[in-house]
Amino acid sequence: MNSQSATVDHRICNTTGLTVFFRSEFFIKINAVMGVVFLLVGAIAAILLALTRWSAVMFLDEVWFYRILTLHGVNMLVFWIIFIEMAILYFASSTLLNTRIFSKTLAHISFVMMVVGALITNYIILDGRADVLLTSYVPLQAHPLFYVGILLFAVGALLVCFNYFATLYIAKKNKTYTGSVPLVTFAATTAAIIAVIAILHGAMALVPSFLWSVGLMAEPDAGVYRLLWWGLGHQTQQVNVAAMVGVWYFMATMTTGAKPLNETVCRGAFVLYILFINIASAHHLLVDPGVSTEWKIWNTSYAMYLAVLASMIHGYTVPASMEVAQRRKGFTKGLFGWFAKLPWKDPGFSSVALSAIIFGFIGGITGVTLGTEQINIMAHNTMRIPGHFHATVVGGTTLAFMGLCYYLVPLIFQRDFYLRSWARVQPYIFAIGITMMSLGMSLAGTYGVPRRTYDSDFTGAAIETGFDPVAHILLGVLGIGGVIAFLGMMLFIGLVVAAAFFGPPIKDRKMPTWQDEKSQKMTDDLINRGYEEEGKHYEHVKTPGTIALVLIFLLSFVIYYFANWASLADLWFLN
Amino acid sequence: MEEEKKHPVQKLMDNIWLLLILGILVPLISYSGWGLLELLRLPEAILP
Ligand code: HEM
Repeated sequence: MNSQSATVDHRICNTTGLTVFFRSEFFIKINAVMGVVFLLVGAIAAILLALTRWSAVMFLDEVWFYRILTLHGVNMLVFWIIFIEMAILYFASSTLLNTRIFSKTLAHISFVMMVVGALITNYIILDGRADVLLTSYVPLQAHPLFYVGILLFAVGALLVCFNYFATLYIAKKNKTYTGSVPLVTFAATTAAIIAVIAILHGAMALVPSFLWSVGLMAEPDAGVYRLLWWGLGHQTQQVNVAAMVGVWYFMATMTTGAKPLNETVCRGAFVLYILFINIASAHHLLVDPGVSTEWKIWNTSYAMYLAVLASMIHGYTVPASMEVAQRRKGFTKGLFGWFAKLPWKDPGFSSVALSAIIFGFIGGITGVTLGTEQINIMAHNTMRIPGHFHATVVGGTTLAFMGLCYYLVPLIFQRDFYLRSWARVQPYIFAIGITMMSLGMSLAGTYGVPRRTYDSDFTGAAIETGFDPVAHILLGVLGIGGVIAFLGMMLFIGLVVAAAFFGPPIKDRKMPTWQDEKSQKMTDDLINRGYEEEGKHYEHVKTPGTIALVLIFLLSFVIYYFANWASLADLWFLN
Repeated sequence: MEEEKKHPVQKLMDNIWLLLILGILVPLISYSGWGLLELLRLPEAILP
């Protein structure tokens, strides 16, 4: 029998051998499509912003700058990322656990709520009645529909999480899997748990703001609002981290045949995220006067470091598992022979590898440094902040999700890509652009250039505030990097849309490989061979290359951290 | 039988409901609860 021919409600994937239920496949597809639609909106906004912060161009006027900044933040950080994460939740629960989703009706309702919420929010922003930026800090007040839109979207996402947990429950009850859930499902579960906490905080912050906007409540306290809003704002970033790491593990297996080195340690790292990553939201309030130093130090130092430890565990285990896989394929030359022979022409692989590098080396190092109370005082609200998070959510999460899409389209939409050679270079174009932009932002920030500011020079201000000419050159680097990243993003959108809707169907066969025949065969052999049968031998495969990479990483961190303390000592002379 | 042999840490990792509860409680106490307590107990500022 043809394995692809359906038995009523599911099919068996020819490439992975997984059971794909049509019902969940449908929801994976529509959520992914909506994600890409909002990515396009966010991308158009992105180029307008990059051309405005590039101080030699200053494309938008001040009114439209803040409007478009609001549009960009909401569409990128909320709509694009969360829709893709919803697709991941359906995949990780239903497809990986070999079970139907709990409720189709609930999945429909939540999807409609999310789409309607996103449309309402975008309409009211573009109509000029919600120029409050992503954070909508009190006392800035938006039109009530802004809060309604965001809340509808958030409740929709919460319902997807509920559907996810219920699906996990059914799978366990029906024994559709044995032992523990797969690691990727565990990562998705971590993301879903953090999403629940985030949405609870979102409701606590935004419901009072909504009531205030319709005149049913007095103005909420600005300090309390900020505390609660960051319980949403930063925790959703942790959802992104957990989902991204899950994608790293999944794609490492798909593209190199890697198997996590030690599942218990990897799962332990996710548990550290669940327990400790959320309280690190406090680093957003490091210069807020209302909360005490004890509160700040406890939540950002001790607890945050446990979450950072978790990221460092993943940062080691993902490349180390690839190194083991590569060495087992016979690429044993020197320290980095395995690294050079990785499938760099496979866009699924290159996206994920670049995502891990940018996330760790730029996002991680800058993040831990900026989250240090003393250093934060120099960097708060400067361009160093967007410089940091464009390396985490864009160079990290967005790039990893792009890599996932290069496999999602053939596996779930069952269509192939056109212009495959363009797809191979796309991750590099995007990564170069976003790295340039992020470094331009960060370095301009070290000169004190503020974030969220239309005119970096404050032209016409009573006191002259102009910046060093070097800062303007760095804003130029931001602008050029932004243009390159935008082109990389548009190429991605074009390729994915063309493939998902019009690509050549690949229904009855394996997905066409992105790698050459030989390399794919080696990966397939490795996966089929399994690791267990080699027993002791596998235990003894060492990872010297990854250890060397980790040491380079730690050294870079120490240098950057020290440089920041040195510059603090210059600014803040104490006897 | 298999359940009995599980390491306690593995048991925790397999219990998503417990993880969900802990995941909600820790930030609710350490971040929002403690933070709110401090903010709500602040004396009114005396404006000039
Ligand atoms: C082509 C890619 C992108 C470019 C060129 C770009 C550019 C920019 C620029 C110039 C700013 C303004 C910074 C400021 O003045 O403070 C900005 C802000 C921001 N971007 Fe991006 N961005 C891109 C992609 C993304 C993606 C994919 C995400 C999220 C996943 C994202 C999230 C944000 C957020 C949250 C802000 C801050 C909004 C605020 O301050 O309220 N960006 N971006």
